[in-house]
Amino acid sequence: MAFESLSERLQGILKRLRGKGKLSPQDVEAATKEVKIALLEADVNFKVVKDFIARVKERATGAEVMESLTPAQQVIKIVHSELTALLGGVNQRLSVASRPPSVYVLMGLQGSGKTTTCAKLGRLLSRQGRRPILVAADLARPAAVKQLEVLANNLGLPSFADQTAKDPVAVSEAAVADAVKRGIDAVLIDTAGRLHIDDELMEELKALVDRVHPTERLLVVDSMMGQDAVKVAEIFADRIGIDGLIMTKLDGDARGGAALSVKAVTGVPIKFVGMGEHPDALEPFYPDRMASRILGMGDVLTLIEKAERTISEREARELERKIRENEFTLEDFLGELKRLKNMGPLDQLLGMIPGFGKIKELGSFDVGERELSRIEAIISSMTREERRKPWIIDGSRRKRIAMGSGTRIQDVNRLLRQYWEIDRMMKQFGGKKGSRKKGVFRGFPSPFGNA
Amino acid sequence: MLKGDSGITGTFGVLSRITRGLTKTRTGLSNALRGILGQTSRLDEEALARIEEVLIQADVGATTTAKLVDLLSSKMTGAHSKTSANDLYSRIVSVLSEEITRILGENPGLLLTSGVNVILMVGVNGSGKTTTAAKLAYLLKNENRRVILAAADTFRAAAIEQLEAWGKKVGVPVIKHKEGSDPAAVIYDAVMAAKSRSVDVVVADTAGRLHTKSNLMEELKKCRRVANREVKEAPQEVLLVLDATTGQNALQQARVFKDAVGVTGVILTKLDGTAKGGVVVSVREETGLPIKFVGTGEGIEDLSPFDASAFARSLFDGV
Repeated sequence: MAFESLSERLQGILKRLRGKGKLSPQDVEAATKEVKIALLEADVNFKVVKDFIARVKERATGAEVMESLTPAQQVIKIVHSELTALLGGVNQRLSVASRPPSVYVLMGLQGSGKTTTCAKLGRLLSRQGRRPILVAADLARPAAVKQLEVLANNLGLPSFADQTAKDPVAVSEAAVADAVKRGIDAVLIDTAGRLHIDDELMEELKALVDRVHPTERLLVVDSMMGQDAVKVAEIFADRIGIDGLIMTKLDGDARGGAALSVKAVTGVPIKFVGMGEHPDALEPFYPDRMASRILGMGDVLTLIEKAERTISEREARELERKIRENEFTLEDFLGELKRLKNMGPLDQLLGMIPGFGKIKELGSFDVGERELSRIEAIISSMTREERRKPWIIDGSRRKRIAMGSGTRIQDVNRLLRQYWEIDRMMKQFGGKKGSRKKGVFRGFPSPFGNA
Repeated sequence: MLKGDSGITGTFGVLSRITRGLTKTRTGLSNALRGILGQTSRLDEEALARIEEVLIQADVGATTTAKLVDLLSSKMTGAHSKTSANDLYSRIVSVLSEEITRILGENPGLLLTSGVNVILMVGVNGSGKTTTAAKLAYLLKNENRRVILAAADTFRAAAIEQLEAWGKKVGVPVIKHKEGSDPAAVIYDAVMAAKSRSVDVVVADTAGRLHTKSNLMEELKKCRRVANREVKEAPQEVLLVLDATTGQNALQQARVFKDAVGVTGVILTKLDGTAKGGVVVSVREETGLPIKFVGTGEGIEDLSPFDASAFARSLFDGV
């Protein structure tokens, strides 16, 4: 596996501590070393990591290992809550000028996604009932003006785009003046990408900002950025000033440590995240989700909460009993999958469960949303008897089930294989703890009830 | 290396290369390592930790950095009880940059064949494919090759116009379709045009796509297949355009693009900023993909062949 999730690594280190009352400085040292590596691999700036680790150490040393959590989870909980706090606690909205129009200047390096974000933000504001205009002040990149104009047209938004213009400051000023006349209440200015060390262009941006008095100066940051994000943000903050951050391209698999870095050094809130190429794919920023993502782990605590909300104590006991007594049927299997689905997108959800990565490693346990509906179709095409006694499903039954569910025999086979794998694993977990009462997935926070 | 890389000779070899004309590097060196190591003349834990920071900050990544630092401490144990601080800096830099240069390996340059060549430019959004395609066309044109650009980014608004503007600047024709059309069809037309006009190289700009979007990766595979159907060896090059400001995700990009479309090399863009692009060390080590060019500005001439040893040294410049 290319990257072990932090929670798994921590569990490895802290396994031997189970049952210990308090975390010793040595335990904390070993654990924070793993945290440090995870953060660095997630591209969090090393200076930020250093400070962060120091804080975590302080909090974790001597911390009580709560009865309900293993030491590993205790450390994760501390790391996670510190990260969330550092990322900004709660989501912050875009400010609005007391006297319209509000002016928002989007700025950043080349290729960070300013133009696309400008369009998305316009879309978002117009859906909130505001009247935005997109202003093409990137006169440097060939066809950037055209790009913004096309995007605006596609979205049915007005644009202020002059392909022959030469001076971005003049264009921006004119656009604001025009907006006042036209009763437009949000002016989104798309500026050219520039390097933070390009004096001339930074001066130009400064001049622009000085003239249009933006309500917010928004720095657009590529979430795939590495260590340099800090330097870029610092210089933009110093020379221009930043009121908000927008992290783009978070729909990929980058950990997005840059978000933490820029937030930590500038102190400016992250307001939005770009989650795809679709014009609607601009979402408010949630610090806790980002914290989980940076750690490459699931949000254990949220999962526990979600699980608690979705599954009642009684159901959890019932399920446990079934597993213990070898009565885990295909119906239960489907029920559990559905329950997982109710808790949120499945792929994210599986990521939330420490140790569940191992189940994924078993190979075929890939439960996408589409996969789930296929599984549902297959199980629904079985007779009640088949669902309860899966071992009776022979070749001809498989064929019938495949026909009935509109799937292929291979799909049915795969489902059964997955079921047997889960069944076997559950028995293992169930078996190990023997007659002890609590927790099916002992040692993991169980999705099937709070262990 | 003939005389081995552990002795004084090896060090001198690198040192002379460093001093050869590169004043920027020299100031950088003294700034960075002097500043970081202070007056230390011993490679102690503290010094190693600081060197680690320099590498991490250059985006070399935690794993590769750990390996490099281990190597450094093993190569330098014992010897220097009487070294001056200055010697220590030079030695550290030479050991590390030698190793990094070794990992980065030879730059084979573009491997073109006779007849029509197709170069596919691929990469995530905003890495600089369009600009780099134009720069590459310019570079090839200056080598007296007949070049055309193919505007196969049919997705991003005005990407075609952007490439056309570059085409005019460079003075090469641009083959295009309408926005939203099939990129593979653009490639097909470009290859056909190349055949009939006896063009040597088709440089094809493709739409930016995150490597996690499997449908978009399929689209790129189709571009590849179409080129391959028309010219047996094509695409001769599939170049992954990596933004130097990218952190560890670049590794994932390289892995996935390589698996999906058979990337043959990497172009590292935006090296004119303060980002070092150190992640390419891991990219090369893990995927074996050579770094072929670097982009160093917005001008048409700002693309040059990748020089591993200069790059390795630059990681230690002015931190």
